[in-house]
Amino acid sequence: MPKYSFMLNGKKVDVDAPSDLSVLWALRDKLGVTGPKYGCGINVCKACTSHLDGQEFNPCVTNVEDVAGRKVTTIEGLADGDVLHPVQQAWLEQDVAQCGFCQPGQIMAAVALLKRTKNPTDADIDAIENVCRCGTYFRVRTAIKSAAAKMAASPATTKVVSGSAVPVTTAGASLPTTGATATAAVTGAVALGAAAVVKAMGEQGSAEPA
Amino acid sequence: MPLTDQPTADVAVEGGIDRRRFLTYLVAAPTLAVAVRYGLGADTAFAAIPGTPEPADFQDLGDILILGAKATESMLIQLEMDAKGNVSCALPREEAGQGITTAVTMLIADELDLPMSKVKVTLADARPELLTGQLTGGSNTIRSVYEPVRMAAATMRGTLLAAAAQQLATQVEGLTALDGVITATDGRTVTYADLSSLAADPALFSGSAQPKAKADLTIVGRPQNRVDARAMVTGAFKYTNDLDPVPGALRAMVRRPPTIRGRVDRILNEAAVRALPGVVDLAIVDLSVGAIGDDPVSPRSTGVAVVAKTFGQALDAKEALEVSWLAGPVDPKETDATLRAKLKGIQLPFLTPVVPLVTQAVEGEFYWHFASHAPLETNTAIADVRADGADIWSGTKVPVVAQQTIENEIGVPTKMHVVQGGGSFGRRLFFDGALEAARISKAVGKPVKVMMTRIDDMRHGRARAASLNHIRMTYAAGNVLSMEQRVASVETDFRHGLGEAITAAGSQLNVPAAAVPVSLGGSASFAQTVFLTTVNSPYRFGVTNQLLNELPTTFNTASWRSVYSASARGCEEIMVDELAKAMGKDPAAFRMEFLTDARQRAVLKKVMDLGQWGRAMPRGTAQGIAFHQEYKSMTACLVEIDATNKLDPRVTRATIAADYGLPINPRGLEAQLLGGLTDAISTTLRAGLHLKDGGFLEGSYSQFHYAKQADSPPKVDIFVFPETTGEPGGAGELGVPAAVGAVANAYARATGTKPRSFPIIFPVDFEPFTTGTGSTRVNPR
Repeated sequence: MPKYSFMLNGKKVDVDAPSDLSVLWALRDKLGVTGPKYGCGINVCKACTSHLDGQEFNPCVTNVEDVAGRKVTTIEGLADGDVLHPVQQAWLEQDVAQCGFCQPGQIMAAVALLKRTKNPTDADIDAIENVCRCGTYFRVRTAIKSAAAKMAASPATTKVVSGSAVPVTTAGASLPTTGATATAAVTGAVALGAAAVVKAMGEQGSAEPA
Repeated sequence: MPLTDQPTADVAVEGGIDRRRFLTYLVAAPTLAVAVRYGLGADTAFAAIPGTPEPADFQDLGDILILGAKATESMLIQLEMDAKGNVSCALPREEAGQGITTAVTMLIADELDLPMSKVKVTLADARPELLTGQLTGGSNTIRSVYEPVRMAAATMRGTLLAAAAQQLATQVEGLTALDGVITATDGRTVTYADLSSLAADPALFSGSAQPKAKADLTIVGRPQNRVDARAMVTGAFKYTNDLDPVPGALRAMVRRPPTIRGRVDRILNEAAVRALPGVVDLAIVDLSVGAIGDDPVSPRSTGVAVVAKTFGQALDAKEALEVSWLAGPVDPKETDATLRAKLKGIQLPFLTPVVPLVTQAVEGEFYWHFASHAPLETNTAIADVRADGADIWSGTKVPVVAQQTIENEIGVPTKMHVVQGGGSFGRRLFFDGALEAARISKAVGKPVKVMMTRIDDMRHGRARAASLNHIRMTYAAGNVLSMEQRVASVETDFRHGLGEAITAAGSQLNVPAAAVPVSLGGSASFAQTVFLTTVNSPYRFGVTNQLLNELPTTFNTASWRSVYSASARGCEEIMVDELAKAMGKDPAAFRMEFLTDARQRAVLKKVMDLGQWGRAMPRGTAQGIAFHQEYKSMTACLVEIDATNKLDPRVTRATIAADYGLPINPRGLEAQLLGGLTDAISTTLRAGLHLKDGGFLEGSYSQFHYAKQADSPPKVDIFVFPETTGEPGGAGELGVPAAVGAVANAYARATGTKPRSFPIIFPVDFEPFTTGTGSTRVNPR
């Protein structure tokens, strides 16, 4: 069985696998990295969204041979130790997650978007196709804009220091109290583009010799 | 706050559980542990409320579930303090995104004068002694645990104060507690950690303490972020598939029949599949769980489990299987059209005549297609069935029923471990994943982790039942004389323990027998109870009656967030707009006129003001408004839609107001309303399942069009009212029905159409999956 090496979250890893093993199962079943989730296996839910050489990619439809010698970053590799990425920090501040299952992918997609576009419009954000079945989209949108503002305010610092180990639980006092309208008006162009019909590809299985 | 040594305040909570019925206990342990259970006795636990026209007004499904749980003699809520002064609570409920662990953390921390970071709420394993008291559904979690959690925490605090008084050789009066430190009048302090062992002394326990007055609360009622959010945004959070509780567990996937609940005849290439890389074993397994038609006459659905070393190998081998299949119970010619005709055939007649020249009527018939629950985490479970016992891990809302069912079947003592779920929306009321995993583990004699593919979850999992709604409203001289609604629905499967919960509430149910038009027994009577206790018109529409009749069927259905209300109340809200138009009135003003009380009108007025009801809108765009109340909470929703292209509408703005009686965590409630809005946008405009040739065409999110970011409004304002009734109402399901009505009404006004079939835009705009591309279908389409 061939052996493939690549950089995973800053560390070199080796995987014994057939060339067409999907990166998703290599990460989850062989390397124990479970942040990228299975939600569809055919690159439509995008719950596994991660980065390959800094660009977003979907491990469920990428073969392990195609990442050999390259840099793979999953949600686990986004923070710098306890220091969260500004997008993660914005996710906490906007309290985006409900069930949380899609959020690693949403965050990795948002980070990739902000790399391409420092000040994304609503139309740019609309182009993110990651499914959130809990329907947190508005908070995702608000968090992306908040992160963009943070990153613009301190361009030299790409990371911000998070609070305590459980920083969100003590944040209540600074938030609007009951009775206030929880509004995060988002301005900008509203895209009314045609619904993108994603060409359904076959479900990507993978095999490896015993 | 002084410790009371009196029994808890004798306060009856309107429509809720009488606080007197909670008893607090000290649990024998090295450190302090306190438990609360419902009191015994058959006394009526509900405040008497004068007769009202409809059952849901005085007793809703949530009440019934709470009442059913009351039968248990066991400890519902138990709090434990460790030697460091941290408090833990294993909540007997399923968290799957609702934010209940955060809300319960808030209740405990506030009552105990602890920071939230010192309180850890986990999910309890199955506790069979709770009988029906461990069901997560009917928006009942906070409603059912609000009192016992506060009682337990208050009692723990009171016990700590008594221990502090002893330690400091002073009186309890005058002691103050803050952030886990108790301070005497002379400034001496002692921490909860210092007292955790001493306070476990039964001699110090003086019974239930009274929860704090609301004015003394500093956390509850104020927006708090989720306690589990950091783990989620760093990828550290573990869902079932991320756990590794049994090292070496194999991976299994199931090849399912081409038809819903079909059966295996025989495997045609077993030797070849066994020879594939990584394949360890094959087994023909039972796929059914509490499914309608599970009886000797209608043999159980079966599939082929492939057990391999990785999911990738299991998936490939599953696809490589060649199987000869036997038909399932669904007519292979069944389509939405044939099903709709059957539903039409069972619809109950209207009772009120329309008298020409005297009365006028508006009338509408609405078809709702099936809808997948489609939680992002597909059905997943881990099972380790051994000769001496079994352990199962899965996200389930009915762990007691799951554990008992599995134990009865595999014949060894079983422990069901409840794992936080990646979404549910009603899906996890069925524990098919856990049961399949147990069956596979037993069949192959090894621990296994089992996962459904998305395609299987969508086609063979559970779905919201298709239904046909018929509504007629009559009016004369500015008055509405009658509102009649007839729901004919594919049977919603409640055979997951809800029936037991309703039965447990038994004779204490206040649902009048006369209100149940058809008594079919079994699941059907539970369905009637659920329908009558959840669906009710909030308007003064004269003679009002709403009846359900269900088509006994063989589809895999389950309650879908807000059960019957999303469709039934959504349709009523559409007809309210049409009635207002017929009577020459503004839709919002008309609702304001016909709602029954000031609390309702305040909610409606709030969205009208915040959402600028009536503002000028360009051609092709429009506002829509609707109202809904359920589980003692109420909400109004106002949306704006751009339907310049009728086939590609987008909700561009949403304004929502909600009155929950007593909001515990406004930020979490806003999240639930946002989710309800997205569910409504999805199922009203684009997301449904096409029924063709006895099966569903959709197999993934590229086909089942649940909303994405581009379908979601870029402006959303949500207002949660401060405390009104003093009692927390239901939260999880409230947001869907009003948003359904608002979206449909906005679309109708923008396009000049009358929406009658949902989702409104529903082409087969995809090539359905076939075998070899991940589908389990053998018949190409």
